[in-house]
Amino acid sequence: MSADATIRSGVSGLPAPEIEPVATVLGKPLSECRVAIVTTAGLRPNGDIELWLDGTFTKLPAADRDLQLSHFSPNFDRAGLTQDLNVAYPADRLDELAAAGVIGSVATDHFSFMGAQTDGTFSTILQDTGPAAAQALLDDEVDVVLLTPV
Amino acid sequence: MSVLSHVFEQAGLATVGISIVRGQAESVRPPRSLYCEFPLGRPLGKPNDPAFQTDVVMAMLALLDRTDVPVLEDYPEIIEEQGSEASSCPLPPRHDPSLPAPIDELRGLRNAYERNLEATGGRTLVGRVAPVDELDTVIEKFIQVEAGTPLADVGWDEVSIIAASQDLRAFYEEAGLQLADNTGARQLLTWFYEATETGRLLVRVRDVLKAGREHKLAAMYVVPGTQESPA
Repeated sequence: MSADATIRSGVSGLPAPEIEPVATVLGKPLSECRVAIVTTAGLRPNGDIELWLDGTFTKLPAADRDLQLSHFSPNFDRAGLTQDLNVAYPADRLDELAAAGVIGSVATDHFSFMGAQTDGTFSTILQDTGPAAAQALLDDEVDVVLLTPV
Repeated sequence: MSVLSHVFEQAGLATVGISIVRGQAESVRPPRSLYCEFPLGRPLGKPNDPAFQTDVVMAMLALLDRTDVPVLEDYPEIIEEQGSEASSCPLPPRHDPSLPAPIDELRGLRNAYERNLEATGGRTLVGRVAPVDELDTVIEKFIQVEAGTPLADVGWDEVSIIAASQDLRAFYEEAGLQLADNTGARQLLTWFYEATETGRLLVRVRDVLKAGREHKLAAMYVVPGTQESPA
């Protein structure tokens, strides 16, 4: 079994919060929607590469590509991100789709969390930092969020 | 990731996420997910392939119209990691026998690291606990920990030894990008931990930490959990 397969198998059975999914319905065409990326890759602006171990988030100015990986976990490939941020953080692809008129616009800021929380709980993200990030996105009139992990 | 989808949808934002672990998406049930069986760490599949990445993003956006949540669709292409075959990076010959082998090796890879630094416009993951010029000292501390010196006595705690291990891995992987063409998912990781003196040192330190039972966090994260100990 490959390393990735072993990890996938190991985390598949982890406890998960029971939340009934709801769907927000877009009230306008995608070509008029404002889109943001929220990644759990643990990216941070360059110069801020201390290890990240909690449920907080950071804003990533949408034009900023000088970003660093601060994720604590050694368990995934990092060389891909070293070569091309878009392999986990498709900011250039989003800019291109906006220029082509596929989406309406790109958010002022994207957001980064650190995935695979070490304490195994979700309360901070569910009750504090998740709603705070949602409000910041709404304040920027974002309609659509694309979520990317590592 | 999937939990955030719930929070955002409840706040009135439409979301679609990439899932990299299908079983996790099935249990957390985010509203809309595209399962991408790509190497972990590469959720858009292929670095430096804009067309492929755009296709993945378009597949995500196509799910936004779906209200029959939870939606969990599979991206039609699977990409396997290649960690069973290490990158074929040439290692420098022993230059200064008076130095510990990992330090001699690290110094021999410095030019390749600098070339990668230039290629990326100065972007590097080295520097969490020490700048590149001080990585010799980081290796010396790992050698001390392997010999049984307590973490506190080398000035580290559980988080800083993990960070230090990531500095060394970043140095080697960034140098390795300039030394081999076969740098697919996990290939540089395999090369570092199995072929280099410094990577093997980190694995031995992991085993020392694990045997000591005192630093469980460090023992878990100082090298990848799937990295086997040398026979």
